[in-house]
Amino acid sequence: MMASLMSSSNPAANPDRSSTRRKKKKIHHNPQIQPETPKIQWKSDAQQQIYSSKLLHALQQVRLGSSGSETSSAPRRVRDAAYGALAATARGRTRWSRAILTSRLKLKFMKKNNIAKRQRKVMTVITGAGYQPRRKSKVAVLRLKSKCLPAFQRKARVLSRLIPGCRKQPVPVVLEETADYIAALQMQVRAMSALAELLTGSGASSSSSTQLS
Amino acid sequence: MSSRRSRSRHAGSSRITDDQINDLVSKLQQLLPEMHNRRSDKKSATKVLQETCNYIRSLHREVDDLSERLSELLENADTTQADLIRSLIMQ
Repeated sequence: MMASLMSSSNPAANPDRSSTRRKKKKIHHNPQIQPETPKIQWKSDAQQQIYSSKLLHALQQVRLGSSGSETSSAPRRVRDAAYGALAATARGRTRWSRAILTSRLKLKFMKKNNIAKRQRKVMTVITGAGYQPRRKSKVAVLRLKSKCLPAFQRKARVLSRLIPGCRKQPVPVVLEETADYIAALQMQVRAMSALAELLTGSGASSSSSTQLS
Repeated sequence: MSSRRSRSRHAGSSRITDDQINDLVSKLQQLLPEMHNRRSDKKSATKVLQETCNYIRSLHREVDDLSERLSELLENADTTQADLIRSLIMQ
């Protein structure tokens, strides 16, 4: 699954570099020029099935891979698997999905290299004295701005903080991402509910096992 | 007080039109769960944004609750293979 995640989120990582340079202006694997954003139809059953199968695979790994060394709780792992599968289903078309995938990769990388994490912490402590005054003034300026901003802009800022990867994006981008994100979340809820129903129903009759026949 | 004109002046440098924003906002409004989605053209953009924020938060909560439920169900389920096969066949 990681391989498919990486290839979908990072199309530039071509094994054949010379062909990438030749096809610089062309996107992905097709020789024709593709439209920038073919939108995912989150409402369709096909998408829900695609997502459900990704979710199931991820959940299997959650079950099998859960060991004493994991610090996060089981529901947390299920949630992370759900969002990861959702972002993967988005095929890297949207900012929010790329942000989720990037943060998961960063987390994996940091988990493997704990030394790098500690070094980073040490560096922030050392340079903290230098950075803090700058940060304080920035916060003060932002607070002043939020009082002067019209309500619409304020709400748009709040919204941009809710959508992954959209904190500093202009308003039209935030609105676009929001529309896609909401549709994706709605599908996620439908798929997870359906899965829960399935497991609830099958759990009750697991001993009889009549469903497979 | 904050008219639409002032909003476009704030975003003046990036040439974002009000119409563009209104289109996006109305697209969002259609996604929101309301009693009569089509009827309410009267919602102000700010109201739509507010409801969008609330809706997204409630969706996040719903996903969290479902994650809790799924984690319990997965813990209690006897076999993983059976889950997988059954779910794939059912859909």
